[in-house]
Amino acid sequence: MRKFMMAAAFTLPMLGGVAMAQETFKIGYIDPLSGGGASVGEVGLKTFQFLADDVNAKGGIQGKKVEIVPLDNKTNPQESLIQAQKAIDAGIRFLTQGNGSSVAGALSDFVTKYNERNPGKEVLYFNYAAVDPVLTNAKCSFWHFRWDANSDIKMEALTNYMKTVPSIKNVYLINQDYSFGEAVRSQAKAMLAAKRPDIKIVGDELHPLLKITDFAPYIAKIKASGADTVVSGNWGNDFALLLKAAADAGLKVNWYTYYAGGPGGPTAVKQANLNHQVFAVSEGIPNLDHPSSQEFEKAIRAKYDFSLFYPRAVNEMRMLAAAADKAKSIDPVKVALALEGMEFEVFDGGKGNMRKDDHQFFQPIYIASLGDRSEREPFDEEKTGWGWKLVAKIDAPATVLPTTCKMERPN
Amino acid sequence: MLELIVISTLNGVLFGMLLFLMASGLTVIFSMLGVLNFAHASFYMLGAFFGFQISRWFGFWPALLIAPLLAGAIGAGVERFGLRRVHKNGHVAELLFTFGLAFVIEEVAQIIWGKSPVDFRIPPLLDFPAFTIFSTNYPAYKMFMLLVSIAIFAGLLVVLKKTRIGLIVQAALTHPHMVGHLGHNVGRIFMLVFGVGTALAAVAGVIAGPALVTQSNMAGLLGPILFVVVVVGGLGSLPGAFVASLLIGLVQTFAVSINGSLSGAFGPLSPDYASTWLADIWGVTVAQIAPIVPYLLLVLILIFRPMGLLGTRDT
Repeated sequence: MRKFMMAAAFTLPMLGGVAMAQETFKIGYIDPLSGGGASVGEVGLKTFQFLADDVNAKGGIQGKKVEIVPLDNKTNPQESLIQAQKAIDAGIRFLTQGNGSSVAGALSDFVTKYNERNPGKEVLYFNYAAVDPVLTNAKCSFWHFRWDANSDIKMEALTNYMKTVPSIKNVYLINQDYSFGEAVRSQAKAMLAAKRPDIKIVGDELHPLLKITDFAPYIAKIKASGADTVVSGNWGNDFALLLKAAADAGLKVNWYTYYAGGPGGPTAVKQANLNHQVFAVSEGIPNLDHPSSQEFEKAIRAKYDFSLFYPRAVNEMRMLAAAADKAKSIDPVKVALALEGMEFEVFDGGKGNMRKDDHQFFQPIYIASLGDRSEREPFDEEKTGWGWKLVAKIDAPATVLPTTCKMERPN
Repeated sequence: MLELIVISTLNGVLFGMLLFLMASGLTVIFSMLGVLNFAHASFYMLGAFFGFQISRWFGFWPALLIAPLLAGAIGAGVERFGLRRVHKNGHVAELLFTFGLAFVIEEVAQIIWGKSPVDFRIPPLLDFPAFTIFSTNYPAYKMFMLLVSIAIFAGLLVVLKKTRIGLIVQAALTHPHMVGHLGHNVGRIFMLVFGVGTALAAVAGVIAGPALVTQSNMAGLLGPILFVVVVVGGLGSLPGAFVASLLIGLVQTFAVSINGSLSGAFGPLSPDYASTWLADIWGVTVAQIAPIVPYLLLVLILIFRPMGLLGTRDT
């Protein structure tokens, strides 16, 4: 009996490897599927799967069907590297990730070093949401491409809008305690000081990433500071729970955010009864009077019951297909060379371009507020009845910021 | 300022009472069985998920009653069929058993309910602001949490001080072997204690579930703090657990409100040091390190008073 068990214990796992899938174009999706980031990671995965189906319906990439391979990293950089190695071992040569600049930094570094040591087996890393500016400045890499406007670009757009709002007098900053949160708070302070020196920063808070479930103490502090405006880069649960605590305490301030539209966000905003008092900067909203993107929005809501939170993922997937077409190959180096410098008609209309110097994508940026809708806003968010209303649009050329990237290219 | 102090006190006491619900069970189980139940926070999570599922089918109030009973029954079963068998292999084996149990319970919860948070809502009856302090609303549901915790604490006190079984449990807390020698059915008492302890953790889960997020990582978020409470209070001391939970609840909540830092007290660092590690330490505020302040307390207690604040045994 014992011998049989031992034999089975050795042979059964080997059977798993025998089932080889037919050749597909695999993209490794390395993001949290459990823990504090799960709510956001799941939405991202389903979005990418929807996009893969969309591309496959048009014939796939260079004749191959796109397959998204989920890899749970629990928002942890070490775990992400383990998953990346797992993906590479399984033959995947395109990785995509977005939730957490801490993870992004580790991944970008890992991919760069891996490619240096393994010429001919290069891997590309597509960053769809990690916006710490350093990834396309001091720590830029030829193998990393970013489709989301980086934090400095977003803060520039947001503060340019805030400059025109005279009612903002006392600003409270609350962010997550890691590289991205630091970038948000330091640029917020610097840019507000330059554009509106009369604004007083009455609070500057950093809290642990995706660990806090009760933000009541932080809301109490915001109340005590006398702030009329809060600026926050919080995403995922950190935003939803922060607004939920604000709703419980009856806090009435204006919120200038990056990610108020994320899972749980609109519900919390409605609960807090902040009608058109929460602003977000993004690369697209559903209520833009742009027919093709509205069709897509309807389709994804019909299938998955959530709104398209990632227009940038659509751009990423479509540009990947376009680059493979242009290079007539799916070899990562050729795709990368075809991608950089590429001009593209973005999902929500308008021209975007992948800057060759640092692999940062520049696109039109929108500022919107969440609240009651009119006929110009057909889409609501998370069945709250409230939707995004366009407040300001910044064309791509006006969003461009300089870079300090000194990119090392493959010969 | 006063508003901040009042609200922080309320929040701190609330968090402390929640911790006490769980720590009381843990400390009693440890005192009587000698087992540090690593799976205790998992029963808290089970309570929250059972509460969610039952409230989906029957409503929140039946869930408040049934979920802890269910979790307590599972706890009693774990003691009867698991721990009792492992007991003869010694304390380390029991510890490993509960450690493994924690993983198993988490995985089973993930299989049944998924890895994302579930939508456990506050019952509509309690979804309103209870009162307004200065200009901040305090939610009625949080007052309800506070009242339930206090009621259970009072009930626990009455049972322990005034009933026969309470007398036996109190004796077994400090002299477990003697109780066995005196002929009481120690096995049955152990099963009861384990069941009640885990049921208490489950009650904490049911009431905390709607307010905090109900997700399979709940146990991991609250588990470590639980051990801090038990050690700081003193292993084997129920009053110690009470004092320690309130202390840690208040400390952690107030720490968030304190913006003091070394740079605030002593002035900014010279620019020469701006990019070194010294700059990070100089600039960090108490609010930023608030979540680890309980662990600092743990270290201090272990150095200066290892038996805990009110501990009676030091094993």
